[in-house]
Amino acid sequence: MKHESAENHVTGRAVYTDELRVPVGLLRLYPVQAPHAHARILALDIATAAAMEGVHAVLTAADVPGVNDTGPILHDEPLIPTDQVRYHGQAVAWVAAEDGTMARAAAQRVQVVYQALPAILGIEAAEAAASFHLPPAKVERGDVAGALAAAPHRISGEVRCGAQDHFYLETHASWVEIDGDGLVHVTASTQHPSETQAMVAHVLGLPSHRVVCRCLRMGGGFGGKETQANAFAALCALAAQRTGRPVAIQLPRSLDMQLTGKRHPFRGRFEVGFDADGLLLAMDVDLVADGGWSCDLSPPVLMRAMVHVDNAYYCPHVRVTGRIAKTHSTSHTAFRGFGGPQGMLVGEEIIDRVARHLGLPPELVRARNFYRPGRTPDRNHTHYGQPVVDNHLDALWAQAHADAEYACRRIEVDAFNAAHASRKRGLAITPVKFGISFNKTEYNQAGALVLVYRDGSIQLNHGGTEMGQGLHTKMIGVAARTLGVDPARIRVMATSTDKVPNTSATAASSGSDLNGQAVRAACLTLIARLTPVAAGLLGCAQEDVRFRDDGACASATTGRTRGEAAPAVGFAELVQAAYDARISLSATGYYRTPAIHWDAAAGRGHPFYYFAYGAAVAEVEVCVHTGVHRLLRVDLLHDVGDSLNENIDRGQIEGGFVQGLGWLTCEEVVWGADGRLLTDAPSTYKIPTVADVPRDFRLRLFQRPAAASTDVVFGSKGVGEPPLMLALAVREALRDAVAACGSGGIVELASPATPEAVLRAIRAQRARLASAAPQPPAAPPSPRERGEDTEALT
Amino acid sequence: MIFTRMSESSFRLNRRVVPLTGSDSRESLLRWLRRERLTGTKEGCGDGDCGACTVALVERDSDGRAHFRAVNACLLPMGMLAGREVLTVEALAEEGTLHPVQQALVDCAGSQCGYCTPGFAMSLFAGWYAGEFDDHVIEGNLCRCTGYAPIRRAAAQLAAMPRASDRFSALLDAASTAPAGEPPHDTPGCMALSPPPRTAESRGEGGPPFHRPSTLAEAFALKTTHPQAIWFCGGTDLGVALSRGQSVASAFIAVDRLTELHTLDVRADAVRIGAGVPLSRLERELAGVFPALDRMLPWFAARQVKNRATLGGNLGSASPIGDLLPWLLAHGAIIEVAGPRGARELPVDGYFQAYRKTARADDELIVAVRVPRLAGPQAAYKVAKRQTDDISIVAAVYALILGDDGRVERARLAYGGVAAIPLRARRTEDFLLGRALDATTVAQACALLRAEFTPLDDHRASADYRRELCAALFAKFVEEGVT
Repeated sequence: MKHESAENHVTGRAVYTDELRVPVGLLRLYPVQAPHAHARILALDIATAAAMEGVHAVLTAADVPGVNDTGPILHDEPLIPTDQVRYHGQAVAWVAAEDGTMARAAAQRVQVVYQALPAILGIEAAEAAASFHLPPAKVERGDVAGALAAAPHRISGEVRCGAQDHFYLETHASWVEIDGDGLVHVTASTQHPSETQAMVAHVLGLPSHRVVCRCLRMGGGFGGKETQANAFAALCALAAQRTGRPVAIQLPRSLDMQLTGKRHPFRGRFEVGFDADGLLLAMDVDLVADGGWSCDLSPPVLMRAMVHVDNAYYCPHVRVTGRIAKTHSTSHTAFRGFGGPQGMLVGEEIIDRVARHLGLPPELVRARNFYRPGRTPDRNHTHYGQPVVDNHLDALWAQAHADAEYACRRIEVDAFNAAHASRKRGLAITPVKFGISFNKTEYNQAGALVLVYRDGSIQLNHGGTEMGQGLHTKMIGVAARTLGVDPARIRVMATSTDKVPNTSATAASSGSDLNGQAVRAACLTLIARLTPVAAGLLGCAQEDVRFRDDGACASATTGRTRGEAAPAVGFAELVQAAYDARISLSATGYYRTPAIHWDAAAGRGHPFYYFAYGAAVAEVEVCVHTGVHRLLRVDLLHDVGDSLNENIDRGQIEGGFVQGLGWLTCEEVVWGADGRLLTDAPSTYKIPTVADVPRDFRLRLFQRPAAASTDVVFGSKGVGEPPLMLALAVREALRDAVAACGSGGIVELASPATPEAVLRAIRAQRARLASAAPQPPAAPPSPRERGEDTEALT
Repeated sequence: MIFTRMSESSFRLNRRVVPLTGSDSRESLLRWLRRERLTGTKEGCGDGDCGACTVALVERDSDGRAHFRAVNACLLPMGMLAGREVLTVEALAEEGTLHPVQQALVDCAGSQCGYCTPGFAMSLFAGWYAGEFDDHVIEGNLCRCTGYAPIRRAAAQLAAMPRASDRFSALLDAASTAPAGEPPHDTPGCMALSPPPRTAESRGEGGPPFHRPSTLAEAFALKTTHPQAIWFCGGTDLGVALSRGQSVASAFIAVDRLTELHTLDVRADAVRIGAGVPLSRLERELAGVFPALDRMLPWFAARQVKNRATLGGNLGSASPIGDLLPWLLAHGAIIEVAGPRGARELPVDGYFQAYRKTARADDELIVAVRVPRLAGPQAAYKVAKRQTDDISIVAAVYALILGDDGRVERARLAYGGVAAIPLRARRTEDFLLGRALDATTVAQACALLRAEFTPLDDHRASADYRRELCAALFAKFVEEGVT
């Protein structure tokens, strides 16, 4: 089945938030942005701006009738700041005017007097100032100090990774209209309509039943619209309440990049003990995430990083500590993988350093350390105490090697490198083990509402949002399969809080798991109600009724092959009969994930219902002169269980991989010394283009060797986030190519591995080769002095 | 059909004539389309960098044949549209039948969130009628969902399909034979090089006037009457400023359709390139003439930008990272400028005076550039964070002439991204004269090159990396290009 909106996408008919019919009198919002990363607001004079043509309101903190806060976890995020600026470009007021140009012109006339204050920028500055969100978190197993002391080999090191902008093609958009009865209608590009509803209510000082939030579809989300959409919806609502007019916002790209949070930059420091075979004995890892100015979702992001440092590797004694730096930057937020990629990058760094320290092939050390079931002593429980459910790592790894002809290509790459001085190739294979479920247990629930009309057509409502990941298409598939009807009967309605309440964010790769089971439950309720009606029409026992082929039939006909058996009663006819018999034709469905629990304070539990597995092989070529690199070939093998929709799952895997490739290679978020975001447009922030994707790009879906022990909808697995981390193979392949410039030993490589970073790593290898010293000092790269941008667009 | 008075400016959109009366000349076509509820064309950036707003512009080539050219609607101010013919995504499907490029995207699962999809459809649409389906057709379109693999599969599917005549090829046929003229009431297609409407004044358009002269002489007369007006050609630089709401200028003189600027004269010793020739045409028609240009143009920008950007614009904006400027420096090009006070020739050496300041007087227009054809090793290099459609960290173009004994007789090493203007590495050039390019000489030249410039640190790269590249690229050139 193709994407339910595919034809509307290609014709431009698919409607996004900002494309609804413009209501009469629509106003547009524009921010007044602070030119400091940290400042006190001494005075704010809106009089001139408010008097300008077309201006209907200038919103300041004083206009908030309810609670001036949109923090999803802590109440530390004022919608409009009252007295302090906490990041460069933060909006201190918003102008509502008849069009965007007028709003912008007026925003420039709002007079603000600031007293600049010292800003904390970056993780080291936060450490120096002891500026953190919340106390440190810890996940620990065993006797780390003892095992480290006893380990035959021990190394320590540091690695950091940069931020990543979501760069969804559709920037943040919201609009709000308050009707004559005082009902607040919010339409938002949000991954979490229930939270957007709650925030709008909270800010306006209204009960939730006075607010309806719907989401038509998003032009991409990737986590960037999990919490970040709330403030824009709330601002529109505030302006609508103040002016009595409908109010909309769609952020210009640069504002979107300046105002919203990104993937958290992380710093990982580690000490690891291991034996001569590279087997991990003990690991002490310290993670610091740059959380930015407010807490947002940083605690669960950090926690997911802490419980993914292990990736696919067992280590008996582990201590992971985590802190969230509180800095004067945008508040970093959810982004596909939600801390998992950062944690796994640190884990892969550790494994690679262990291997290169010992002079062993990294792929061998990786495989040696895999979690494995059925061993004594146990090596299939994570450091947070959860068994690695349905562990297929060995089978998957063997297949990935074979599919990619890894051994043979290793020889070819080595031969190429021996023959070429100016170009070096690198080859690497990395695994992915990613936990599926929200770390926050209460989010693991979902609802659905299925409405069947008398003509046999069906409206499907569920709590999930569509952002391109194909959730709606999968939900149509689940409903059609459960009801036995033609998918063409089913229309998915825009996600709306008045259809399905109290929903969770569409996030954590859980959208189809949670909503799929809720949809299935609703459909099963309908089946139960329709069964007696069908039995009556078919003249058979209720237990013999089968729903399939767009209707119902008696099981006597099930002997025929599928497609041959004509339904004994068509779905529309059955539905009409049910209506006549006064049978309810609508049902809700509800689901909560079984088995999971998590003790956040102890850092222990069973937070993930299951794991998604994958492996990737990447081959790169690096120019030794410039550090410019090219990805030559990629082989992906990924486990989606019994795919709900192969087209969509393949799209998620390919797309996730390329997004990870961007994070690890060309996407570099850079802030100036004053805290200003310097990369706030696609001219300065480079996501991959088609040319960055290798022509030789292979993907296979893994067929698991044994049935799942879990009960996920129709045997499927979540696929939204895990493939992003397949791209770690590219980083490791680059490291392999850099290693070919030296003579063994640890290779330090910055992330993102831009051409400059790769060249720096090559130079370090060369320098070591020249001096023949055993180890270079592991000095962290000094933060670059950033000058003003003197270049303009060509 | 909308009734249009002859005195009004108009353009043809999706085969209907649309008056420009009341439009704001500065507003981009993209914003205008969206206000008109043609929301299939999306804004992903408004800077010409994402391709979500790609539309097809009908343009007649030098051979008179009309083509669809993919362009970014965000960079096209309404003032440039009079007499133009534009197709948007809304025009492609007819009565429920998808265009083959749309069907291929559906078949190959080429859309996920769908927001970039209309732009891809339009790029593929232009490619379909040109018979082009390689990555260059879509590299100006950013997609954040699919990883491009399914879109590439759609392009491959299209490449394998037979292409029958259809209403769009008929439109191109009609546009190829239509008499030049405006406004485009009944004959479809107009006009790449046809005399466009004379001035925007008195034609009902709002905003600062976009004067549209039909000859150079008219252009200079307009400049004399309106000295504050600025030249506007492809608009891939000024269009960004307008799209961002900057006022830019109180009046504009559109020179993109002046036939005098569209000449391309290839001679044995030199090529004279009209300042208004879009770079995509240079890519097609000069292939094989200049090895360094062949290397640089694919890196220069994406297709949508190259369909509008010109050599004159690159020289006029004179950005230190204008990628064709080192090429002109390496070749010792001559810039022909003309104005109300007459014509003159400016050697490219000395043309760049300070950051975006040149030897061209404000009232002068770049008419053409003469680029000598050189024998001897020559090559272009560009290093950026991303290897396509990115701004250079450092760009370098080298041209050497070697004697029979292998000694350097002439050396031009030109760089972009290393200073406020594009520069030649003159100390290194002098050093190389009379020397053979052995390992010692190259090492010494590299040492000189590392010290030749004092580049800046910025968000693209450190000064150290730039200095290193100045040397590394030369070493790479010698290794690859000088045998």
